[in-house]
Amino acid sequence: MTASTKALTNFWAVVIKELRSYFLSPFIYLISAVFLLLSGYYFYTDLIFYVQYGFGTNILVNFWQLFFTDLRLVVLLTVPFLTIRLFTEEKRLGTIELLLTYPMRDSELYWGKFVACSIATLFMLSFTILYPTLLYSVQPFDWTITIAGYVGLICISLAFIACGLFISSLTDNLGVAGLSALGISLLFWILSWNDGATNQGVLRWLAEVSMVTHFQSFAQGFIDSKEVSFFTVFVLFFSFLTLRSLEARQWRGRK
Amino acid sequence: MIEVQNVTKYYGQVCALNHVSFDVQKGEIVGLLGPNGSGKTTLMRILTGFFPPTEGKVRVAGLDVETSSLEARQRLGYLPESVVLYPDMTVTSFLNFCVRVKGNAAAQRRGQVDRVLHECSLEHMAQRHIGTLSKGYRQRVGLAQALLCEPEVLILDEPTVGLDPNQVIEMRDLIKSLGGKTTVLLSSHILHEVGLTCHRVIIIDKGNIIAEDTAAGLSEKVQGATRIQLRVVGPQAEILSALRALPNVKDVQPQETSNLDVGGHRFVVLSPEKTIARDVAQVIVNRGWALHELTPTTLGLEELFVRLTGTGEQGKEAA
Repeated sequence: MTASTKALTNFWAVVIKELRSYFLSPFIYLISAVFLLLSGYYFYTDLIFYVQYGFGTNILVNFWQLFFTDLRLVVLLTVPFLTIRLFTEEKRLGTIELLLTYPMRDSELYWGKFVACSIATLFMLSFTILYPTLLYSVQPFDWTITIAGYVGLICISLAFIACGLFISSLTDNLGVAGLSALGISLLFWILSWNDGATNQGVLRWLAEVSMVTHFQSFAQGFIDSKEVSFFTVFVLFFSFLTLRSLEARQWRGRK
Repeated sequence: MIEVQNVTKYYGQVCALNHVSFDVQKGEIVGLLGPNGSGKTTLMRILTGFFPPTEGKVRVAGLDVETSSLEARQRLGYLPESVVLYPDMTVTSFLNFCVRVKGNAAAQRRGQVDRVLHECSLEHMAQRHIGTLSKGYRQRVGLAQALLCEPEVLILDEPTVGLDPNQVIEMRDLIKSLGGKTTVLLSSHILHEVGLTCHRVIIIDKGNIIAEDTAAGLSEKVQGATRIQLRVVGPQAEILSALRALPNVKDVQPQETSNLDVGGHRFVVLSPEKTIARDVAQVIVNRGWALHELTPTTLGLEELFVRLTGTGEQGKEAA
Protein backbone atom coordinates (compact mmCIF):
# COMPACT_ATOMS: atom_id res chain seq x y z
CA MET A 1 0.00 0.00 0.00
CA THR A 2 1.46 3.33 -0.99
CA ALA A 3 1.72 6.29 1.34
CA SER A 4 -0.94 8.29 -0.49
CA THR A 5 -3.61 5.58 -0.34
CA LYS A 6 -2.82 5.12 3.34
CA ALA A 7 -3.30 8.85 3.84
CA LEU A 8 -6.65 8.61 2.06
CA THR A 9 -7.70 5.66 4.25
CA ASN A 10 -6.86 7.66 7.38
CA PHE A 11 -8.70 10.69 6.06
CA TRP A 12 -11.85 8.68 5.30
CA ALA A 13 -11.66 6.89 8.63
CA VAL A 14 -11.79 10.29 10.35
CA VAL A 15 -14.62 11.52 8.08
CA ILE A 16 -16.71 8.42 8.82
CA LYS A 17 -16.03 8.59 12.55
CA GLU A 18 -17.04 12.25 12.72
CA LEU A 19 -20.14 11.78 10.56
CA ARG A 20 -21.17 8.90 12.75
CA SER A 21 -20.88 10.98 15.87
CA TYR A 22 -22.74 13.87 14.19
CA PHE A 23 -25.66 11.87 12.89
CA LEU A 24 -26.00 9.38 15.73
CA SER A 25 -26.42 12.11 18.30
CA PRO A 26 -29.60 14.18 18.51
CA PHE A 27 -27.56 17.37 18.52
CA ILE A 28 -27.38 17.92 14.77
CA TYR A 29 -31.13 17.44 14.40
CA LEU A 30 -31.73 20.00 17.11
CA ILE A 31 -29.37 22.48 15.42
CA SER A 32 -31.05 21.80 12.08
CA ALA A 33 -34.45 22.42 13.61
CA VAL A 34 -33.34 25.77 14.99
CA PHE A 35 -31.69 26.57 11.68
CA LEU A 36 -34.84 25.73 9.73
CA LEU A 37 -37.08 27.60 12.13
CA LEU A 38 -35.05 30.79 11.68
CA SER A 39 -34.50 30.40 7.94
CA GLY A 40 -38.18 29.53 7.40
CA TYR A 41 -39.21 32.61 9.29
CA TYR A 42 -36.85 34.75 7.20
CA PHE A 43 -38.15 33.19 3.99
CA TYR A 44 -41.72 33.91 4.97
CA THR A 45 -41.24 37.52 6.12
CA ASP A 46 -38.89 38.39 3.24
CA LEU A 47 -41.41 37.02 0.76
CA ILE A 48 -44.34 38.84 2.35
CA PHE A 49 -42.27 42.02 2.33
CA TYR A 50 -41.69 41.82 -1.43
CA VAL A 51 -45.21 40.69 -2.21
CA GLN A 52 -46.66 43.68 -0.39
CA TYR A 53 -44.09 46.38 -1.04
CA GLY A 54 -42.25 44.93 -4.06
CA PHE A 55 -41.36 47.90 -6.18
CA GLY A 56 -39.14 48.07 -9.21
CA THR A 57 -38.69 45.55 -11.96
CA ASN A 58 -36.45 42.93 -10.36
CA ILE A 59 -38.68 41.85 -7.55
CA LEU A 60 -37.31 38.31 -7.35
CA VAL A 61 -33.67 39.42 -7.64
CA ASN A 62 -34.24 41.79 -4.75
CA PHE A 63 -36.03 39.10 -2.79
CA TRP A 64 -33.24 36.55 -3.19
CA GLN A 65 -30.64 39.11 -2.29
CA LEU A 66 -32.41 39.91 0.97
CA PHE A 67 -33.13 36.27 1.70
CA PHE A 68 -29.57 35.05 1.21
CA THR A 69 -28.21 37.90 3.29
CA ASP A 70 -30.55 36.86 6.09
CA LEU A 71 -29.79 33.17 5.67
CA ARG A 72 -26.12 34.03 6.06
CA LEU A 73 -26.85 35.30 9.56
CA VAL A 74 -28.55 32.03 10.46
CA VAL A 75 -25.50 30.13 9.18
CA LEU A 76 -23.27 32.34 11.32
CA LEU A 77 -25.35 31.51 14.38
CA THR A 78 -25.48 27.75 13.86
CA VAL A 79 -22.15 26.66 12.34
CA PRO A 80 -20.10 27.38 15.50
CA PHE A 81 -22.25 24.79 17.27
CA LEU A 82 -21.15 22.21 14.73
CA THR A 83 -17.46 23.05 14.99
CA ILE A 84 -16.99 23.47 18.73
CA ARG A 85 -16.77 19.83 19.61
CA LEU A 86 -14.41 18.75 16.84
CA PHE A 87 -11.10 19.31 18.63
CA THR A 88 -12.36 20.64 21.95
CA GLU A 89 -14.13 17.38 22.75
CA GLU A 90 -11.04 15.34 21.85
CA LYS A 91 -8.98 17.51 24.17
CA ARG A 92 -11.55 17.36 26.93
CA LEU A 93 -11.82 13.58 26.77
CA GLY A 94 -8.09 13.08 26.29
CA THR A 95 -8.62 11.10 23.09
CA ILE A 96 -6.48 13.61 21.20
CA GLU A 97 -3.46 11.89 22.74
CA LEU A 98 -4.58 8.63 21.20
CA LEU A 99 -5.24 10.14 17.77
CA LEU A 100 -1.94 11.98 17.64
CA THR A 101 0.02 8.85 18.50
CA TYR A 102 -1.67 6.81 15.77
CA PRO A 103 0.20 6.46 12.47
CA MET A 104 -1.70 9.41 11.05
CA ARG A 105 -0.56 12.87 10.00
CA ASP A 106 -2.08 15.90 11.72
CA SER A 107 -3.28 17.12 8.32
CA GLU A 108 -5.20 13.87 7.65
CA LEU A 109 -6.97 14.31 10.98
CA TYR A 110 -7.67 17.99 10.31
CA TRP A 111 -9.06 17.63 6.80
CA GLY A 112 -11.12 14.62 7.85
CA LYS A 113 -12.80 16.73 10.51
CA PHE A 114 -13.16 19.67 8.13
CA VAL A 115 -14.87 17.59 5.47
CA ALA A 116 -17.15 15.84 7.97
CA CYS A 117 -18.26 19.19 9.39
CA SER A 118 -18.83 20.52 5.86
CA ILE A 119 -21.04 17.54 5.06
CA ALA A 120 -23.02 18.12 8.26
CA THR A 121 -23.46 21.79 7.31
CA LEU A 122 -24.55 20.86 3.78
CA PHE A 123 -27.07 18.48 5.30
CA MET A 124 -28.51 21.39 7.25
CA LEU A 125 -28.49 23.73 4.25
CA SER A 126 -30.01 21.14 1.94
CA PHE A 127 -33.42 21.44 3.64
CA THR A 128 -33.69 25.06 2.51
CA ILE A 129 -33.88 23.91 -1.14
CA LEU A 130 -37.54 23.49 -0.28
CA TYR A 131 -38.08 27.28 -0.32
CA PRO A 132 -37.03 28.01 -3.94
CA THR A 133 -38.74 24.80 -5.08
CA LEU A 134 -41.97 25.94 -3.48
CA LEU A 135 -41.66 29.41 -4.93
CA TYR A 136 -40.85 28.02 -8.37
CA SER A 137 -44.05 25.97 -8.40
CA VAL A 138 -46.02 29.17 -7.83
CA GLN A 139 -44.00 31.57 -9.93
CA PRO A 140 -41.19 30.26 -12.19
CA PHE A 141 -38.00 32.31 -12.06
CA ASP A 142 -34.39 32.26 -13.19
CA TRP A 143 -32.47 29.69 -11.12
CA THR A 144 -29.04 31.23 -11.67
CA ILE A 145 -29.52 33.77 -8.85
CA THR A 146 -30.48 31.03 -6.43
CA ILE A 147 -27.52 28.88 -7.43
CA ALA A 148 -25.10 31.78 -7.01
CA GLY A 149 -26.65 32.48 -3.62
CA TYR A 150 -26.10 28.89 -2.55
CA VAL A 151 -22.50 28.87 -3.77
CA GLY A 152 -21.99 32.00 -1.67
CA LEU A 153 -23.60 30.37 1.38
CA ILE A 154 -21.41 27.30 1.00
CA CYS A 155 -18.30 29.48 0.70
CA ILE A 156 -19.16 31.44 3.81
CA SER A 157 -20.04 28.25 5.72
CA LEU A 158 -16.65 26.74 4.87
CA ALA A 159 -14.99 29.94 6.07
CA PHE A 160 -16.89 29.75 9.38
CA ILE A 161 -15.99 26.06 9.71
CA ALA A 162 -12.27 26.75 9.21
CA CYS A 163 -12.42 29.56 11.74
CA GLY A 164 -14.42 27.46 14.24
CA LEU A 165 -12.05 24.51 13.90
CA PHE A 166 -9.10 26.75 14.66
CA ILE A 167 -10.78 28.05 17.81
CA SER A 168 -11.72 24.53 18.87
CA SER A 169 -8.09 23.42 18.52
CA LEU A 170 -7.04 26.07 21.04
CA THR A 171 -9.19 25.18 24.03
CA ASP A 172 -10.65 22.26 25.92
CA ASN A 173 -13.64 24.25 27.12
CA LEU A 174 -16.79 23.93 25.02
CA GLY A 175 -18.22 27.26 26.15
CA VAL A 176 -15.05 29.14 25.31
CA ALA A 177 -14.82 27.40 21.94
CA GLY A 178 -18.41 28.17 21.00
CA LEU A 179 -18.45 31.77 22.11
CA SER A 180 -15.05 32.61 20.59
CA ALA A 181 -15.95 31.00 17.26
CA LEU A 182 -19.18 32.98 17.18
CA GLY A 183 -17.41 36.18 18.18
CA ILE A 184 -14.59 35.89 15.66
CA SER A 185 -16.93 34.92 12.81
CA LEU A 186 -19.12 37.90 13.68
CA LEU A 187 -16.09 40.17 13.80
CA PHE A 188 -15.05 39.18 10.27
CA TRP A 189 -18.55 40.05 9.26
CA ILE A 190 -19.05 43.44 10.84
CA LEU A 191 -15.51 44.62 10.23
CA SER A 192 -16.49 47.10 7.53
CA TRP A 193 -19.88 48.12 8.83
CA ASN A 194 -19.20 51.52 10.21
CA ASP A 195 -17.76 54.02 7.75
CA GLY A 196 -17.66 56.73 10.37
CA ALA A 197 -15.60 54.82 12.92
CA THR A 198 -12.41 54.79 10.91
CA ASN A 199 -10.70 56.67 8.08
CA GLN A 200 -11.04 55.70 4.45
CA GLY A 201 -7.60 54.11 4.11
CA VAL A 202 -8.15 51.66 6.97
CA LEU A 203 -11.71 51.01 5.86
CA ARG A 204 -10.50 49.90 2.45
CA TRP A 205 -8.28 47.29 4.09
CA LEU A 206 -10.99 46.16 6.46
CA ALA A 207 -13.45 45.83 3.59
CA GLU A 208 -10.99 43.47 1.90
CA VAL A 209 -11.17 40.97 4.78
CA SER A 210 -14.82 41.52 5.63
CA MET A 211 -17.17 38.71 4.72
CA VAL A 212 -20.05 41.07 4.03
CA THR A 213 -18.18 42.68 1.14
CA HIS A 214 -17.24 39.35 -0.35
CA PHE A 215 -20.64 37.80 0.04
CA GLN A 216 -22.56 40.61 -1.62
CA SER A 217 -21.95 39.64 -5.26
CA PHE A 218 -23.12 36.04 -4.61
CA ALA A 219 -26.38 37.36 -3.17
CA GLN A 220 -26.82 39.47 -6.29
CA GLY A 221 -26.52 36.38 -8.48
CA PHE A 222 -22.87 36.42 -9.59
CA ILE A 223 -20.24 33.78 -8.97
CA ASP A 224 -17.12 35.92 -9.03
CA SER A 225 -13.84 34.02 -9.11
CA LYS A 226 -12.27 36.82 -7.08
CA GLU A 227 -14.73 36.22 -4.26
CA VAL A 228 -14.39 32.47 -4.49
CA SER A 229 -10.64 32.81 -4.16
CA PHE A 230 -11.07 35.11 -1.15
CA PHE A 231 -12.97 32.40 0.69
CA THR A 232 -10.46 29.77 -0.45
CA VAL A 233 -7.59 31.82 0.96
CA PHE A 234 -9.58 32.42 4.14
CA VAL A 235 -10.12 28.67 4.61
CA LEU A 236 -6.50 27.81 3.82
CA PHE A 237 -5.20 30.48 6.17
CA PHE A 238 -7.23 29.19 9.12
CA SER A 239 -6.37 25.59 8.22
CA PHE A 240 -2.72 26.58 8.36
CA LEU A 241 -3.24 28.13 11.79
CA THR A 242 -5.07 25.03 13.07
CA LEU A 243 -2.32 22.70 11.89
CA ARG A 244 0.26 24.89 13.64
CA SER A 245 -1.87 24.84 16.78
CA LEU A 246 -1.97 21.02 16.70
CA GLU A 247 1.77 20.97 16.17
CA ALA A 248 2.33 23.34 19.09
CA ARG A 249 2.50 20.42 21.54
CA GLN A 250 5.87 19.65 19.94
CA TRP A 251 7.27 23.11 20.58
CA ARG A 252 7.21 23.01 24.36
CA GLY A 253 10.55 22.44 26.00
CA ARG A 254 12.49 22.62 22.75
CA LYS A 255 15.86 24.21 22.49
CA MET B 1 13.22 -2.77 20.83
CA ILE B 2 13.06 0.41 22.88
CA GLU B 3 16.19 2.52 23.14
CA VAL B 4 16.15 5.64 25.26
CA GLN B 5 19.39 7.57 25.09
CA ASN B 6 20.11 10.46 27.38
CA VAL B 7 16.59 11.87 27.25
CA THR B 8 15.90 15.18 28.95
CA LYS B 9 12.59 17.01 28.93
CA TYR B 10 11.88 20.46 30.22
CA TYR B 11 8.48 22.07 30.65
CA GLY B 12 9.55 25.69 30.80
CA GLN B 13 11.91 25.77 33.76
CA VAL B 14 10.66 22.51 35.21
CA CYS B 15 12.81 19.49 34.48
CA ALA B 16 10.53 16.47 34.00
CA LEU B 17 13.22 14.02 32.84
CA ASN B 18 16.90 14.33 33.50
CA HIS B 19 19.29 12.40 31.22
CA VAL B 20 17.34 9.17 31.25
CA SER B 21 18.80 6.18 29.38
CA PHE B 22 17.69 2.57 29.19
CA ASP B 23 17.05 -0.25 26.72
CA VAL B 24 14.28 -2.79 26.54
CA GLN B 25 14.97 -6.03 24.69
CA LYS B 26 12.54 -7.78 22.38
CA GLY B 27 9.86 -9.70 24.27
CA GLU B 28 10.72 -8.21 27.61
CA ILE B 29 8.10 -6.82 30.00
CA VAL B 30 9.55 -3.87 31.82
CA GLY B 31 7.89 -1.88 34.56
CA LEU B 32 8.43 1.80 35.00
CA LEU B 33 7.94 2.57 38.61
CA GLY B 34 7.68 5.86 40.37
CA PRO B 35 5.48 8.05 42.50
CA ASN B 36 2.99 10.39 40.84
CA GLY B 37 4.74 13.23 39.07
CA SER B 38 8.03 11.37 38.64
CA GLY B 39 8.08 11.70 34.85
CA LYS B 40 6.56 8.35 33.81
CA THR B 41 3.82 9.80 31.63
CA THR B 42 6.21 12.33 30.10
CA LEU B 43 8.57 9.52 29.16
CA MET B 44 5.73 7.51 27.62
CA ARG B 45 4.50 10.48 25.62
CA ILE B 46 8.00 10.95 24.25
CA LEU B 47 8.19 7.25 23.35
CA THR B 48 4.89 7.40 21.49
CA GLY B 49 5.94 10.51 19.57
CA PHE B 50 3.26 12.71 21.15
CA PHE B 51 5.96 15.29 21.76
CA PRO B 52 9.73 15.22 21.31
CA PRO B 53 12.33 15.32 24.09
CA THR B 54 14.28 18.51 24.76
CA GLU B 55 17.45 16.49 24.33
CA GLY B 56 18.36 12.91 23.57
CA LYS B 57 17.24 10.19 21.17
CA VAL B 58 14.43 7.68 21.36
CA ARG B 59 14.16 4.66 19.10
CA VAL B 60 11.26 2.23 18.91
CA ALA B 61 11.74 -0.99 16.93
CA GLY B 62 14.93 0.54 15.55
CA LEU B 63 13.14 3.65 14.27
CA ASP B 64 13.75 7.16 15.49
CA VAL B 65 10.39 8.43 16.77
CA GLU B 66 11.19 11.97 15.67
CA THR B 67 12.49 11.48 12.16
CA SER B 68 10.57 8.31 11.22
CA SER B 69 7.57 9.19 13.32
CA LEU B 70 4.84 7.54 11.22
CA GLU B 71 6.75 4.27 10.77
CA ALA B 72 7.56 4.12 14.48
CA ARG B 73 3.95 4.84 15.46
CA GLN B 74 2.87 2.04 13.13
CA ARG B 75 4.71 -0.42 15.36
CA LEU B 76 3.35 0.95 18.62
CA GLY B 77 0.33 0.27 20.73
CA TYR B 78 -0.37 2.86 23.39
CA LEU B 79 -2.76 2.89 26.31
CA PRO B 80 -2.76 6.42 27.71
CA GLU B 81 -3.34 7.16 31.37
CA SER B 82 -7.00 7.34 32.41
CA VAL B 83 -8.45 6.42 29.04
CA VAL B 84 -11.76 8.11 28.57
CA LEU B 85 -12.79 7.07 25.08
CA TYR B 86 -15.59 8.44 22.92
CA PRO B 87 -18.67 7.83 25.07
CA ASP B 88 -21.08 8.02 22.12
CA MET B 89 -19.37 5.32 20.04
CA THR B 90 -19.99 1.62 20.33
CA VAL B 91 -17.02 -0.61 21.11
CA THR B 92 -17.04 -2.09 17.61
CA SER B 93 -17.36 1.19 15.75
CA PHE B 94 -14.54 2.65 17.81
CA LEU B 95 -12.27 -0.32 17.15
CA ASN B 96 -13.21 -0.26 13.45
CA PHE B 97 -12.09 3.35 13.30
CA CYS B 98 -8.82 2.54 15.09
CA VAL B 99 -8.01 -0.42 12.86
CA ARG B 100 -8.52 1.66 9.73
CA VAL B 101 -6.02 4.20 10.95
CA LYS B 102 -3.54 1.77 12.46
CA GLY B 103 -3.55 -0.99 9.88
CA ASN B 104 -1.34 -0.56 6.88
CA ALA B 105 -3.11 -2.85 4.43
CA ALA B 106 -6.53 -4.41 4.14
CA ALA B 107 -5.02 -7.85 4.72
CA GLN B 108 -3.41 -6.68 7.94
CA ARG B 109 -6.68 -5.22 9.19
CA ARG B 110 -8.84 -8.27 8.52
CA GLY B 111 -10.03 -10.08 11.63
CA GLN B 112 -8.11 -7.76 13.95
CA VAL B 113 -11.17 -6.34 15.67
CA ASP B 114 -12.58 -9.80 16.40
CA ARG B 115 -9.20 -10.94 17.68
CA VAL B 116 -8.78 -8.09 20.18
CA LEU B 117 -12.41 -8.34 21.29
CA HIS B 118 -11.72 -11.97 22.10
CA GLU B 119 -8.35 -11.33 23.76
CA CYS B 120 -9.80 -8.65 26.02
CA SER B 121 -13.02 -10.66 26.68
CA LEU B 122 -15.19 -7.93 25.22
CA GLU B 123 -17.31 -9.94 22.77
CA HIS B 124 -20.50 -9.57 24.82
CA MET B 125 -19.94 -5.79 25.08
CA ALA B 126 -19.17 -5.23 21.40
CA GLN B 127 -22.40 -3.38 20.60
CA ARG B 128 -22.53 -1.33 23.80
CA HIS B 129 -21.79 2.38 23.85
CA ILE B 130 -18.48 3.09 25.51
CA GLY B 131 -20.13 5.69 27.73
CA THR B 132 -22.29 3.00 29.34
CA LEU B 133 -19.38 0.70 30.19
CA SER B 134 -17.86 0.39 33.64
CA LYS B 135 -14.35 1.64 34.27
CA GLY B 136 -12.92 -1.87 34.01
CA TYR B 137 -14.49 -2.52 30.63
CA ARG B 138 -13.44 0.89 29.35
CA GLN B 139 -9.88 0.08 30.36
CA ARG B 140 -10.17 -3.16 28.37
CA VAL B 141 -11.40 -1.25 25.33
CA GLY B 142 -8.36 0.98 25.75
CA LEU B 143 -6.12 -2.06 25.83
CA ALA B 144 -7.97 -3.58 22.87
CA GLN B 145 -7.21 -0.58 20.68
CA ALA B 146 -3.55 -0.76 21.73
CA LEU B 147 -3.40 -4.42 20.71
CA LEU B 148 -4.86 -3.87 17.23
CA CYS B 149 -2.62 -4.86 14.33
CA GLU B 150 -0.19 -6.73 16.59
CA PRO B 151 2.17 -3.93 17.57
CA GLU B 152 5.79 -4.87 18.23
CA VAL B 153 5.95 -2.53 21.19
CA LEU B 154 3.21 -1.89 23.74
CA ILE B 155 3.29 1.12 26.01
CA LEU B 156 0.79 1.00 28.84
CA ASP B 157 0.38 3.93 31.19
CA GLU B 158 -1.00 2.69 34.50
CA PRO B 159 -2.97 -0.20 32.98
CA THR B 160 -4.51 -1.42 36.24
CA VAL B 161 -5.61 1.84 37.82
CA GLY B 162 -9.27 1.87 38.76
CA LEU B 163 -9.83 -1.85 38.22
CA ASP B 164 -11.30 -4.15 40.83
CA PRO B 165 -9.13 -7.00 42.15
CA ASN B 166 -10.49 -9.59 39.70
CA GLN B 167 -9.98 -7.29 36.76
CA VAL B 168 -6.46 -6.50 37.98
CA ILE B 169 -5.65 -10.20 37.90
CA GLU B 170 -7.13 -10.57 34.41
CA MET B 171 -5.21 -7.56 33.16
CA ARG B 172 -2.01 -8.92 34.71
CA ASP B 173 -2.49 -12.31 33.05
CA LEU B 174 -3.19 -10.68 29.72
CA ILE B 175 -0.03 -8.59 29.92
CA LYS B 176 2.01 -11.62 30.99
CA SER B 177 0.68 -13.63 28.04
CA LEU B 178 2.00 -10.96 25.68
CA GLY B 179 5.57 -11.32 26.94
CA GLY B 180 7.93 -13.13 24.61
CA LYS B 181 6.49 -11.88 21.34
CA THR B 182 5.57 -8.32 22.26
CA THR B 183 7.81 -5.87 24.05
CA VAL B 184 5.91 -4.22 26.86
CA LEU B 185 6.73 -1.12 28.87
CA LEU B 186 4.19 -0.39 31.57
CA SER B 187 4.10 2.20 34.27
CA SER B 188 2.68 2.00 37.72
CA HIS B 189 3.01 3.52 41.12
CA ILE B 190 1.92 0.28 42.74
CA LEU B 191 5.17 -1.51 43.43
CA HIS B 192 3.64 -4.89 44.13
CA GLU B 193 1.95 -4.81 40.74
CA VAL B 194 5.15 -4.35 38.78
CA GLY B 195 6.89 -7.09 40.73
CA LEU B 196 4.21 -9.54 39.62
CA THR B 197 4.14 -8.83 35.89
CA CYS B 198 7.53 -7.51 34.90
CA HIS B 199 10.82 -9.17 34.11
CA ARG B 200 12.63 -6.02 34.98
CA VAL B 201 11.86 -2.87 36.94
CA ILE B 202 13.11 0.63 36.31
CA ILE B 203 12.59 2.96 39.22
CA ILE B 204 12.28 6.60 38.39
CA ASP B 205 11.98 9.53 40.74
CA LYS B 206 11.92 13.26 39.99
CA GLY B 207 13.00 12.55 36.41
CA ASN B 208 16.01 10.40 37.31
CA ILE B 209 16.46 6.64 37.09
CA ILE B 210 17.46 5.54 40.56
CA ALA B 211 17.50 1.77 40.15
CA GLU B 212 17.16 -0.87 37.46
CA ASP B 213 16.96 -4.60 38.19
CA THR B 214 14.60 -7.53 38.57
CA ALA B 215 12.10 -7.17 41.40
CA ALA B 216 13.77 -9.99 43.34
CA GLY B 217 17.23 -8.62 42.64
CA LEU B 218 16.23 -5.25 44.00
CA SER B 219 14.85 -6.72 47.23
CA GLU B 220 17.97 -8.75 47.83
CA LYS B 221 20.22 -5.82 47.10
CA VAL B 222 18.59 -3.64 49.69
CA GLN B 223 17.87 -6.18 52.37
CA GLY B 224 19.93 -9.33 52.10
CA ALA B 225 17.89 -11.15 54.74
CA THR B 226 15.11 -13.70 55.09
CA ARG B 227 11.93 -12.38 56.57
CA ILE B 228 9.05 -14.40 57.92
CA GLN B 229 5.70 -13.34 59.20
CA LEU B 230 4.04 -15.22 62.05
CA ARG B 231 0.71 -15.29 63.80
CA VAL B 232 0.83 -17.17 67.06
CA VAL B 233 -1.76 -17.61 69.78
CA GLY B 234 -0.07 -17.35 73.19
CA PRO B 235 1.43 -14.83 75.60
CA GLN B 236 3.03 -12.07 73.52
CA ALA B 237 5.99 -11.23 75.78
CA GLU B 238 7.04 -14.84 76.23
CA ILE B 239 6.83 -15.60 72.52
CA LEU B 240 8.90 -12.54 71.80
CA SER B 241 11.70 -13.50 74.17
CA ALA B 242 11.68 -17.14 73.01
CA LEU B 243 12.06 -16.08 69.40
CA ARG B 244 14.78 -13.56 70.24
CA ALA B 245 16.70 -16.28 72.06
CA LEU B 246 16.99 -18.36 68.88
CA PRO B 247 20.41 -18.44 67.25
CA ASN B 248 20.72 -16.64 63.89
CA VAL B 249 17.77 -14.39 64.54
CA LYS B 250 18.70 -10.81 63.81
CA ASP B 251 15.53 -9.11 64.89
CA VAL B 252 11.95 -9.85 65.96
CA GLN B 253 9.33 -7.18 65.74
CA PRO B 254 5.83 -7.49 67.18
CA GLN B 255 3.28 -6.28 64.62
CA GLU B 256 -0.11 -4.72 64.96
CA THR B 257 -2.89 -7.25 64.61
CA SER B 258 -5.38 -6.62 61.85
CA ASN B 259 -9.14 -6.62 62.31
CA LEU B 260 -9.31 -9.66 60.06
CA ASP B 261 -7.28 -11.79 62.51
CA VAL B 262 -9.24 -14.29 64.52
CA GLY B 263 -6.78 -14.15 67.40
CA GLY B 264 -3.14 -14.27 68.39
CA HIS B 265 -0.23 -11.92 67.88
CA ARG B 266 1.75 -11.04 64.79
CA PHE B 267 5.53 -10.99 64.59
CA VAL B 268 8.10 -10.42 61.88
CA VAL B 269 11.37 -12.35 62.19
CA LEU B 270 14.48 -11.24 60.33
CA SER B 271 17.41 -13.57 59.86
CA PRO B 272 20.41 -14.02 57.56
CA GLU B 273 19.70 -17.79 57.60
CA LYS B 274 17.41 -19.17 54.86
CA THR B 275 16.25 -22.13 57.02
CA ILE B 276 15.09 -20.00 59.92
CA ALA B 277 11.41 -20.84 59.35
CA ARG B 278 11.99 -24.43 60.51
CA ASP B 279 13.65 -23.34 63.78
CA VAL B 280 10.94 -20.80 64.50
CA ALA B 281 8.15 -23.32 63.92
CA GLN B 282 9.90 -25.87 66.12
CA VAL B 283 10.28 -23.59 69.11
CA ILE B 284 6.66 -22.48 68.98
CA VAL B 285 5.31 -26.00 68.76
CA ASN B 286 7.62 -27.23 71.53
CA ARG B 287 6.37 -24.52 73.91
CA GLY B 288 2.76 -25.53 73.23
CA TRP B 289 1.66 -22.32 71.52
CA ALA B 290 -0.60 -22.44 68.47
CA LEU B 291 1.08 -21.48 65.23
CA HIS B 292 -1.65 -20.09 62.98
CA GLU B 293 0.36 -18.54 60.24
CA LEU B 294 3.91 -18.62 58.91
CA THR B 295 4.66 -16.73 55.72
CA PRO B 296 8.08 -16.15 54.23
CA THR B 297 8.08 -12.65 52.71
CA THR B 298 10.57 -10.56 50.84
CA LEU B 299 10.96 -6.91 51.59
CA GLY B 300 7.91 -5.18 50.18
CA LEU B 301 8.65 -3.04 47.19
CA GLU B 302 7.01 -0.18 49.07
CA GLU B 303 9.73 -0.27 51.70
CA LEU B 304 12.32 -0.82 49.02
CA PHE B 305 11.14 2.25 47.23
CA VAL B 306 11.24 4.33 50.36
CA ARG B 307 14.80 3.17 50.98
CA LEU B 308 15.92 3.87 47.43
CA THR B 309 14.44 7.32 47.16
CA GLY B 310 15.26 8.19 50.72
CA THR B 311 11.91 9.88 51.20
CA GLY B 312 11.23 7.70 54.23
CA GLU B 313 14.40 8.83 56.01
CA GLN B 314 13.64 12.44 55.36
CA GLY B 315 10.13 11.91 56.56
CA LYS B 316 11.39 10.45 59.84
CA GLU B 317 13.82 13.28 60.36
CA ALA B 318 11.16 15.82 59.73
CA ALA B 319 8.88 14.09 62.19
